[in-house]
Amino acid sequence: MAQSLAKEFTKGLWAEIPPFRLVLGLCPVLAVTKSVENGIGMGVATTFVLVFSNLLISLLRNVIPSKVRIACFIVIIATFVTIVELVMQAYTYELFLKLGIFIPLIVVNCIVLGRAEAFASKNSPVLSVADGLGIGIGFTLSLAALGAVRELLGNGTITIWGGTPVFEMGANFLPFQFMIEAPGAFVGLGLMLCLMNLIGKK
Amino acid sequence: MREMISMIVVLTVLTAVSGGLLAAVKSGTEVQIENQILKFQKAPAIQDIFPEATNDPLAERFTITAEDISLQIFPTKMADGSNAIVFETKGKGGYGGDVGLMIGINLETDQIVGARVTTHAETPGLGARAKDDPEFVSQFADQPIDANLALKNDSGTIDAMSGATITSKAVTLAAIQAQELYQKLKPEIVKQMK
Repeated sequence: MAQSLAKEFTKGLWAEIPPFRLVLGLCPVLAVTKSVENGIGMGVATTFVLVFSNLLISLLRNVIPSKVRIACFIVIIATFVTIVELVMQAYTYELFLKLGIFIPLIVVNCIVLGRAEAFASKNSPVLSVADGLGIGIGFTLSLAALGAVRELLGNGTITIWGGTPVFEMGANFLPFQFMIEAPGAFVGLGLMLCLMNLIGKK
Repeated sequence: MREMISMIVVLTVLTAVSGGLLAAVKSGTEVQIENQILKFQKAPAIQDIFPEATNDPLAERFTITAEDISLQIFPTKMADGSNAIVFETKGKGGYGGDVGLMIGINLETDQIVGARVTTHAETPGLGARAKDDPEFVSQFADQPIDANLALKNDSGTIDAMSGATITSKAVTLAAIQAQELYQKLKPEIVKQMK
């Protein structure tokens, strides 16, 4: 039991890390990774939704009739997304303004529905929470990593939280403006996918 | 038949519980969200409309209630000494729900001083330009209170933003609503400010 729990948790961190291995949920990956802070905010919001929707769907898996399961999953996921949206507005309004429309769009993030359908609806609540947590943390790390590359090259800083950079390039560094614009997201993601495949080949 | 009933029961219970939960969270966070909007949306909008205000409109805000309408008013003293007010109206029918518009009106000349979009959920790069790029709302500046502020398409005087007609329309609806409210409530506002 403990072994499979650890297995379900860690697979999200490497073997099935969402954007790079499963290549799922690319919309927020491309859109919000202008900085590390945005990436972490989006990742934490998605993790919250993943964990709680996995838990609830797994608890209800024997009650939900299979013909309306997708509708039930969407109701559950949408409820948690709306809770996240309200809580973010109340306590981290500046981050909410930056992530804006992409918070409600977590509802249609295929990672969340994918885990509900492929995992939580077939496994016990404990395993489903471990799966949601692992995938969520993996997603957060991927967003933060891509955000770090883009922010470092495009702006010359790394900002973890709260707006003050923890690392700054020297004054002689000329930022690649291009990296924090939309095309930079595709280039950055492509290079990271390439790197992941190179490492994974061994 | 049994399957049918179980589908209906499960979905009904699930949506009802979700609705109840969301209502609880919404009422729990309402006051806090109101404060955040005041701090991050309304305060900068007032600052943009009246950069040279000589008082603190946020601290002096008051709410008037007349004819079933309740409106939050931010009184402002302009640099030349004349009194002005700022208040927010919601334009119906944006792409992502209502579009909030803060509008500043000079009480002495009955002229609109300026306007800024506050809360919205419009598409980034299209409708969201109403907020990010003040060029569109600058058309409201210096208009008299009885000006026709509809879009040119609706036989008014305001140019819509290209590619964002629906958002433009929502903003003009908010402005027109502000004109009506001002004309209706002005005596009450002036009484309160003395």
